[in-house]
Amino acid sequence: MKAERAGTKRDGSWLGVYVLAYLVFLYLPVLLIPLFSFNDSIQAAFPLQGFTLQWYQTLYGNPVLSGALLNSLVIAAVAASGATLCGITVSYMDLYGRSPLAATISAIARLPILIPGVIVGISLLILVNLIGLGPSRVAIVLGHILVALPTTVVVMRSRFAAIPKTVREAALDLGASDWTTFRRVMLPLSLPAVLSAFMLAFLISFDEFIVVFFLAGTEPTLPLYIWSQLRFPRSLPTVMALGTVILAVSFIIAGTAEILRHRGLGAARRNPA
Amino acid sequence: MSTLVAADVPEARSSSGFRLAMLLPGALVTFLLILFALGLVLFLAFRGNDGSLLGIGLTVENFVTVATDPLYWTVTLRSLVIAGLVTLATVVTAYPVAYYLAFHAGRRRGLLLFLVTLPFWTSYLLRVFAWKIVLAYNGVLNSALIESGIWSEPTLAFLNTPAAVVVTLAHAYAPFAILPIYVALDTIPKSLLEAASDLGARPFTAFRRVVLPNSMPGVLAAALVVFVPTVGDYVTPAMVGGPASTMIGTLIQSQFGKANDWPFGAALSVCVMLVILVVVLVARGADRRFGSRT
Repeated sequence: MKAERAGTKRDGSWLGVYVLAYLVFLYLPVLLIPLFSFNDSIQAAFPLQGFTLQWYQTLYGNPVLSGALLNSLVIAAVAASGATLCGITVSYMDLYGRSPLAATISAIARLPILIPGVIVGISLLILVNLIGLGPSRVAIVLGHILVALPTTVVVMRSRFAAIPKTVREAALDLGASDWTTFRRVMLPLSLPAVLSAFMLAFLISFDEFIVVFFLAGTEPTLPLYIWSQLRFPRSLPTVMALGTVILAVSFIIAGTAEILRHRGLGAARRNPA
Repeated sequence: MSTLVAADVPEARSSSGFRLAMLLPGALVTFLLILFALGLVLFLAFRGNDGSLLGIGLTVENFVTVATDPLYWTVTLRSLVIAGLVTLATVVTAYPVAYYLAFHAGRRRGLLLFLVTLPFWTSYLLRVFAWKIVLAYNGVLNSALIESGIWSEPTLAFLNTPAAVVVTLAHAYAPFAILPIYVALDTIPKSLLEAASDLGARPFTAFRRVVLPNSMPGVLAAALVVFVPTVGDYVTPAMVGGPASTMIGTLIQSQFGKANDWPFGAALSVCVMLVILVVVLVARGADRRFGSRT
């Protein structure tokens, strides 16, 4: 037994080295973007040419860029609100609605995982052209609700499922209506997950490129702006500076969402009231 | 939003009103934006390219072209091979990480889980762009190799090859694979492993006969969530693939762009969905086979 345990320990440390190498592979290419965004050269190549902030300075006072940024922020906020609302209602009805329709809706809501982005994009492009909307910001919002929906449904569903059944039953027994139970009991108990789902949906929309490519009208979003700049080798350092800012903000938002997703869960389980 | 407000009659206990309000947003999105939109693609696939979305003239001409033109067979086959290689690479490399997370990580598990999923929430476009600057002719890899004296001249061999597409996609979709495998490994009862070792199974035998079969549902789920987005990808081939790595997503995208033949693009999309359906059914079948063994 002792020898065996030593064996698994040794396996564990070898695996630990592997996991470390895997993390390096995962992060190294991405971290090259911030590295070269401070490099005083048009070329992203070694040796480094010295420290500069000039690429960040070029980000200031660029009306196309700030327009795209504003566009992305507005679209992400609206799409994340829509996706979160759908995620809350779909998962709540899936768990407590006791109807085959609610279960079907929940199953279809997670279907976009099994559809390549290019097909989500063209199907919505056909739809918005059919209803006379055309490529526009509204079209992008619809597309991003769809792309973010599986995430918000999964986050909200696991949170609702973690709340003890007795909490909801107690509220209903004490005479609260379905609506009051939902709004005064279940929603407050899952508020951190709501915020987490919103933030993740916001990130998905903000970074999304594959679907937005088909649905954008005359006003580009930030990823579309980046894409348009990639054709010009001279603007690559600026793209890297912009990318660094986006990466930093994404890391912060994702980190906050991760903390929120787990916060209060223990309290809800221990002390359901 | 207005539907929720409409249901706000607190003490009325209008259960059907509550149900309606709660079902409406999800029903609208799923039935209109997913099912109806996919139905439109299917319908359009049987239309000729006469400039109008709706019309009565239906034809199978698009599918005949797809089936008879060898170009589409080549590109479809290439997409399947690239997506298959990417799926294999991501799942095989992710498995040990998921295994470590499930059985060895201890107190560091939460942090490690966060670290491996974090890239998932960063821009896909930027992750692909990172590989472009790594693989470029005067890029990071070439300059690093020359700088360290391994090579004397930069090589064109990295960028604009199908191999570049495979590496970039494998990196971009790596975070997708770990989580499903980890969840499957984590739900294996520890008593099963103890039973295996009590009954005299060596660690490797226990892994092969107990752990691996029990984690197969997670492996198949991981394979699916990597395969589906990669088989339809058009961004990575355009960025790092060059003309020799045109994928089926690239062709669909161009039908809705430069080529401007929406019905044909729709037909190609239907073919891709059929391929994915077959893959899903095969995975389901494999899942059932492994599931029955435990």
